[in-house]
Amino acid sequence: MESKEEIRQSVRNREDSMEENKLQNFIEKIIENIFFISACMAIISVAVISVFIFYKGGPAIFQIGVKEFLTGTTWQPLGDYFGILPMIIGSIYATIGAIIIGVPIGILTAVFIAELAPEWIQNIVRPSVELLAGIPSVVYGFFGLLVFVPFIADTLGGAGNSLLAASVILGIMILPTVINISVTSLNSVPKEYKEGSLAMGASHIQTIFKVMIPAAKSGILAAVILGIGRAIGETMAVILVAGNTPLIPDSLTDPIRTMTANIALEMGYAYGLHQEALFATGVILFIFIMILNIMLNLFTNKAGE
Amino acid sequence: MNNRKLKDNLIKILIYAASLLTVGVLAWILIYITINGIGEVSLEFLTSAPEGESGGGILPIIINTLYIILLTIVIATPIGVFAAIYLVEYAKPGKIVRIIRFATESLAGIPSIIFGLFGYIFFVTVLNLGWSILSGALTLSIMVLPTMVRTTEESLKAVPDVYREGSLGLGASKLRTIRKVVLPSAIPGIVTGIILSIGRIVGESAAVYFTAGMVSRLAKGFLDSGRTLAVHMYLLAKEGISFEKAFATAFVLVVIILLINFSANKIGASLDKTKV
Amino acid sequence: MNKTKLSVKNLNLFYGDFQALKNIDLEVESNKITALIGPSGCGKSTFLKTLNRMNDLVENVKIEGKVTLDGEDVYNNIDVIKLRKRVGMVFQKPNPFPMSIYDNVAYGPRAHGIKRKSKLDEIVETSLKQAAIWDEVKDRLNQNALGLSGGQQQRLCIARALAVNPEVLLMDEPTSALDPIATQKIEELTEELKEKYTIVIVTHSMQQAGRISDNTAFFLLGEVIEFSETAKIFSNPEDKRTEDYITGRFG
Repeated sequence: MESKEEIRQSVRNREDSMEENKLQNFIEKIIENIFFISACMAIISVAVISVFIFYKGGPAIFQIGVKEFLTGTTWQPLGDYFGILPMIIGSIYATIGAIIIGVPIGILTAVFIAELAPEWIQNIVRPSVELLAGIPSVVYGFFGLLVFVPFIADTLGGAGNSLLAASVILGIMILPTVINISVTSLNSVPKEYKEGSLAMGASHIQTIFKVMIPAAKSGILAAVILGIGRAIGETMAVILVAGNTPLIPDSLTDPIRTMTANIALEMGYAYGLHQEALFATGVILFIFIMILNIMLNLFTNKAGE
Repeated sequence: MNNRKLKDNLIKILIYAASLLTVGVLAWILIYITINGIGEVSLEFLTSAPEGESGGGILPIIINTLYIILLTIVIATPIGVFAAIYLVEYAKPGKIVRIIRFATESLAGIPSIIFGLFGYIFFVTVLNLGWSILSGALTLSIMVLPTMVRTTEESLKAVPDVYREGSLGLGASKLRTIRKVVLPSAIPGIVTGIILSIGRIVGESAAVYFTAGMVSRLAKGFLDSGRTLAVHMYLLAKEGISFEKAFATAFVLVVIILLINFSANKIGASLDKTKV
Repeated sequence: MNKTKLSVKNLNLFYGDFQALKNIDLEVESNKITALIGPSGCGKSTFLKTLNRMNDLVENVKIEGKVTLDGEDVYNNIDVIKLRKRVGMVFQKPNPFPMSIYDNVAYGPRAHGIKRKSKLDEIVETSLKQAAIWDEVKDRLNQNALGLSGGQQQRLCIARALAVNPEVLLMDEPTSALDPIATQKIEELTEELKEKYTIVIVTHSMQQAGRISDNTAFFLLGEVIEFSETAKIFSNPEDKRTEDYITGRFG
């Protein structure tokens, strides 16, 4: 039999430790909330970025006039002409050019890595792709400026700073994005598909193009969308090779100015409405990117199901 | 039958050509920069300050870059790691998690020039931090956040659940379980995230240009402005100031990126080994 | 008279819409080994985890009914951390933490606030001795626990569980990943441990239940079909389904 004193003691002990646990639970709760707030930083950041870009650039669009701003073909800040159509077209053309160059090469390289390359070659190609992703965009731009620009000038005429040069550089720059995501989605195609096709007597190449690529379609599409995002958002590399004339190009060898270049080139000295018009250019770019993000989200969600 | 074989072989040739082109372009860039840059790099170049428009070295610029890296990592690592802990260890699947993921994806997709614009309005102007290392680092912290979150998430997910069960089964609290058992196993992944982020910071120009300023001297503190290597390189190339110095700077940048990739791979490989 | 350590009344457990446990009533006696047997997927492991609330970790789980430990309601008014300290668990696959043998055993006591080195040393030594692994590891306490053999790892995990001085030890198929010799060691160990602890063991092996347990519960499709003394359940089961299962397995 336990004495009353002992029972009382043990009750007291238990109460003490309850207090202790309460404190501990409280601390755990606080820290969990810190984790939660950190996780929300991404949401907060996107929200704050959107709000500030729109707040700073939105009014200018209406002041200039939506139609004037989006469809105007003259950009002369000193004369108060703020038409960014040439820049929108410049960005779109350069991006299309990048896709034409980068996507086929990227997908074929992804096929090589995922399906054809023996291990030792994979060990060369994979790190190369990673390294391509790591090279700073100024270095790409500089390389383009000294290698592609003179080459284009010599062979096709013109100044060399051109839509073509921008497309080639951007095409190279989106390779890692296209390759990595395509490889992942090719690798996640169920083995049974491949085996089924091979068992029916289809060749490996036929299996890749008739079965695996269609099965990896949504992943590859996501890769292309991310590539578009990277191309349309790239700034410094493009500035160095594109010529930056705010005119709608007539040919591949004409210079272009992209939306990103427009912002970066003039931000340093712009003030007043001119500066706001640059932020407004940012708004349009931002809208493009958000549309791409939403498309991407739709595709990847579908792929997830 | 033969026709099919011919077609297959043609496609194979195309695939090989594309892959060769991918690796070839990389080799071309690396060799081109090395050949033209290595001769311009000397101890003096690395240890002296720029002089005038086109002379001198890049020491203060290297130090500015280190400042920005340090500050960005100090700000972004805890937030990124905590966010990943929340997503992997606490969050129940649902609307909030979906929104957080969408926001993280979106953040990763925002072009650096937009970050630059935002940093310029918000940190430089509204918060009145001026063009400074701090403004640059805060802007870059947001930029590298998705990388941090994702790599940490991956490594937390790779920690076997039996460790968590074992610890909780002993009556350890959730927080203790995370601190003592889960996080230590996830450290290589977190370090990889940090290294990848450093790579991004070193290579970034557009976002830093508008937030950290472009003066070529050594920043006197976190509230002073200073250009980083990538910005320096951009200005040299853009203004056509000095291609020799631009090559030398490009070479330094490329060497840094090579080192970063190499160490990230090394740590990644050791991570795979511990998993087995 | 035998004392009841854990008492389960009318327990129901749902994973979403799926009912994994149905109306379970069970009394676990103090200082006895209670074995839970039944075909895989019958809910015996799930049941085991309700006893120290490890099911709390599972999403979408709903638990009804009452589980009491020494008369205290496990699902009300009790701190989970305290509960798990009193009701320890050994898992199916040995799961030592990727740290030293010493730190593994000291992990629990440290979690419960013991910091003094001499005290920790003492706990580590007694726990490892109780788990019959002290002689094998005493010279390499600072080596990584992942370097031990499977059987040693499992005994380390038992030592780790004992180090927090629990009253009940839940064992979820503790020998299923081990070879026969290691299994035998663990079985001998449980015999010794029941002097001090109450043990509930889930096992896939009929023979093991017969060899080591005092009471046995037979689970089928989330229900307890029969629960009584082990000797009785193996020699003279009341329910036809129990008999079928046991004879089927033995035959």
